[in-house]
Amino acid sequence: MSLFSGKNKDILLGPISKKNPVVVQMLGICSALAVTAKLEPSIVMAISVVVVIAFANVIISLIRKTIPNRIRIIVQLVVAATLVTLVSEILKAFAYDVSKQLSVFIGLILTNCILMGRMEAFGLSNGPWESFLDGVGHGAGYGVILIIVGFFRELLGSGTLLGIQIVPQIFYDWGYVNNGLMILPPMALIVIAVIIWIHRARNKDLQEEK
Amino acid sequence: MQEILSTLVSSVFVENMVFAYYLGMCSYLAVSKNVKTALGLGLAVTFFLVFTVPINFLLDNYVLKEGALSWLGEGFANVDLSFISLIIFITVIASFGQLVEMIIEQFMPSLQAALGIFLPLLCINCAILGGVLFMQQKAFANVGVATVYGLGSGIGWLLAIVGLAAIREKLGYSDVPKPLKGLGITFIITGLMGMAFMCFSGLKI
Repeated sequence: MSLFSGKNKDILLGPISKKNPVVVQMLGICSALAVTAKLEPSIVMAISVVVVIAFANVIISLIRKTIPNRIRIIVQLVVAATLVTLVSEILKAFAYDVSKQLSVFIGLILTNCILMGRMEAFGLSNGPWESFLDGVGHGAGYGVILIIVGFFRELLGSGTLLGIQIVPQIFYDWGYVNNGLMILPPMALIVIAVIIWIHRARNKDLQEEK
Repeated sequence: MQEILSTLVSSVFVENMVFAYYLGMCSYLAVSKNVKTALGLGLAVTFFLVFTVPINFLLDNYVLKEGALSWLGEGFANVDLSFISLIIFITVIASFGQLVEMIIEQFMPSLQAALGIFLPLLCINCAILGGVLFMQQKAFANVGVATVYGLGSGIGWLLAIVGLAAIREKLGYSDVPKPLKGLGITFIITGLMGMAFMCFSGLKI
């Protein structure tokens, strides 16, 4: 079996659109909303989540035959907590400002439902390589939404991207004003709702009956 | 006394778990289809927070923080264990969940029927771990204030989920654009509720 057979490709790419964890499966929404007021923390968060999910999935998959079924939740939590602690210490060492902005939300990757859900549903019953791809795919699907939301919130809310001024000064002279509401928490929900709207308008089979 | 009251009010309204920090969103959106189950889950979260926040507060202050172990003797005065706090917190929460499940199963079968499936899920509810992590960040003065903070956050979460569930029950009669049905419109409602809750910001006692 080759490393990128059709099935594996599906495992990797499926979660980015059709089975997207945030807008379709409704997982991991907490952090998707909270860190997206600016683009930079969104990107850092996306990368951290990809790393944690991929490696947690691989580790669980490697030891899946030795975990007693009854205490698997605690085993999963400890594996995940170790990885999250590693990520959080690395961020504190190399990107202190961003880690301050993300505050408790790095720790909250641990209770990210995508992470637990993937370990439970995939890592426990599949080989390491498939689990790795699955983890990267779900992390990326989550990251894409995070980056889209972060992009629009920072652009419309502060007129900047990654801290660089994008909206030219002349606009402000003509009376353009940043939409301060975009930076506030409720707008993250509305932006995601719009993403869901567009996504479902294009993929009719995802629409709900009720 | 005043500190307790202001912590309570601010954790229920101003720093509402759902609308200010979006914690516990996954179960918030998934379980808010009718008021009864929403109420059950809300009560379970409140119950959990009231106990896990003070337990972790004590652990943080007497075991994990820098210098927290000084009660063991001179040699321990400089020990800083805060890097393992995340693992400790989640273990406490998970084992508390297991414990509560066993006790309820034994003595209160009716309550178990009501909360049943939610209890094991609560271990990975971000509202619980989030409450604990915010407690650590805010550095409360004593364990009483920490308990009140846990209670307040729980009540805030309860209010939010019951409110949303009530709105969603009524929503069955309205004509929502097809792609927005279900998840999409729920996000928008939560956003609007969040805006309403923002009126409380700046509220002080």
